[in-house]
Amino acid sequence: MEKIDVVIVGGGLSGLACAYRLADNDLQVIVLERGDFPGSKNVTGGRLYLEPIKPLIGDMLEGAPLERRVVRERWSLLGDNNSLNIDFTGERLRKTGHSYTVLRATLDRWLSERLMEKGVFVIPTKRVDDLIWEDKTVAGIVSGEEEIPAHVVVAADGVLSFMAEKAGLKPKMKPKNYAVGIKEIIELSEEKINDRFNVEKDEGCAHLFLGDVTKGMFGGGFLYTNKDTISLGIVIGIKALMERAPTIEAHTLLDDFKARYEIKRLIEGGNTIEYSAHVIPEGGYNTISKLYGDGILVTGDAAGFALNMGVTVRGMEFAIASGIIAAETILMARQKGDYSAQTLSSYEARLRETFVLKDMMNCKDMPEFLDNDAFFTYYPKYFPHFVEKVMWFGDQPKEKIGQTLWRELKSSGMMSFKRLKELYSIKNI
Amino acid sequence: MRVDEKLALDAFKADKESHIKINNDICRTRCKIKYCLFVCPGHLYTYNEENNEVVVEFAGCLECGTCKIACIEGAIEWQYPKGEYGVQFRFG
Repeated sequence: MEKIDVVIVGGGLSGLACAYRLADNDLQVIVLERGDFPGSKNVTGGRLYLEPIKPLIGDMLEGAPLERRVVRERWSLLGDNNSLNIDFTGERLRKTGHSYTVLRATLDRWLSERLMEKGVFVIPTKRVDDLIWEDKTVAGIVSGEEEIPAHVVVAADGVLSFMAEKAGLKPKMKPKNYAVGIKEIIELSEEKINDRFNVEKDEGCAHLFLGDVTKGMFGGGFLYTNKDTISLGIVIGIKALMERAPTIEAHTLLDDFKARYEIKRLIEGGNTIEYSAHVIPEGGYNTISKLYGDGILVTGDAAGFALNMGVTVRGMEFAIASGIIAAETILMARQKGDYSAQTLSSYEARLRETFVLKDMMNCKDMPEFLDNDAFFTYYPKYFPHFVEKVMWFGDQPKEKIGQTLWRELKSSGMMSFKRLKELYSIKNI
Repeated sequence: MRVDEKLALDAFKADKESHIKINNDICRTRCKIKYCLFVCPGHLYTYNEENNEVVVEFAGCLECGTCKIACIEGAIEWQYPKGEYGVQFRFG
């Protein structure tokens, strides 16, 4: 059978971005999506940072259905029964489209429709079952009864990537390298969101939570404001969840989070309209898959391109950038008429020149740094505790504030060698 | 809100055949902790004492893959539902 040029497995952001870059180049490109439409199987927290991808995307996201421009960044440390927040906003955030909250069923579907207008075939409800091999080269895919031979296959099939696995490019998935995100979409009017989160129309808030939200386990909570919904959820390390004693049923964590005073008021009167879950790569640079083979490239979550930087979590811009760079690699390979691993290796070389592998490389020690119970128990407990001590006025004359703080800092162990070592080690991340 | 009520908010199209296969011989002999019973966000795994077996209500699967990763003994054989089946997110 005649080969087409490119088969892209997965209509998520990396697959669609790849197809977008390939369109208008007189290539036969097919995107296969297992859901009813692109986006229907996809979940984000989430927000998309635009600045890193601006040099790559051209007009791809012009007119895209983004939810709100994030102008307010919040972090909370949750103790058992108290909490401490940082709330940041700035003119720079308000005046630039730095990052946007998004919903994937809307965004991915919109992008796929743009692609179809450009003549790219995006075929839904097609699960890809296997690869076609010619000797040791990938030569297309198998979907049900159908075979689609192709010069190159792009494995853009998400974090569980069966394609990268079948191609022998993906290491075995270990619990410590993955987290699970569990999310509710809560409907709330646009005006209520503006009021409750202190933002103007089309402006939004990104809020991360650490501490009691995961009962001391690796992970945290998140809240993103969309146009007239809120994305509220938790992320928990799978290994931490497996090892916790006593065990906790994962789904109950989100209910406990919602019941907290800090959250309850924010979502009051809002109806939950969707429940979702998705696995997230957490291993960072050291657990990235092999990125290319003879006749195959691996992009986005499938490759493990996601980055937990502690203060924020990123994935979608890595997916988009890697999809586009995969497309550019394919265009180059086509000119040479050679899709061997050797030619496709320039995909990795290009990624190393961009933020994708540079940022991941820079943060390669982050997973090890974050694998520290203190961030999920000790700090979220003691920082709110200090504030409570200082701000409490009892029936006795008030002690000098500095004295209170000094005593608490000492008795909590905040001045211990262990804590100082932790502080010292932040220079490495 | 109970987790089954939350799942009822989502749109599912259930295949007749499960996309999750459990090798209960492994569950019985090698697996002590049975992580699947508590890591699943849909709380779809239960242990049937009478038959001494783990069962999964695959029709409510959110397709996250957590059980596949957590089943370190390899009892869970997990693939995506066939095209046209499974969960369809309207927001994501």
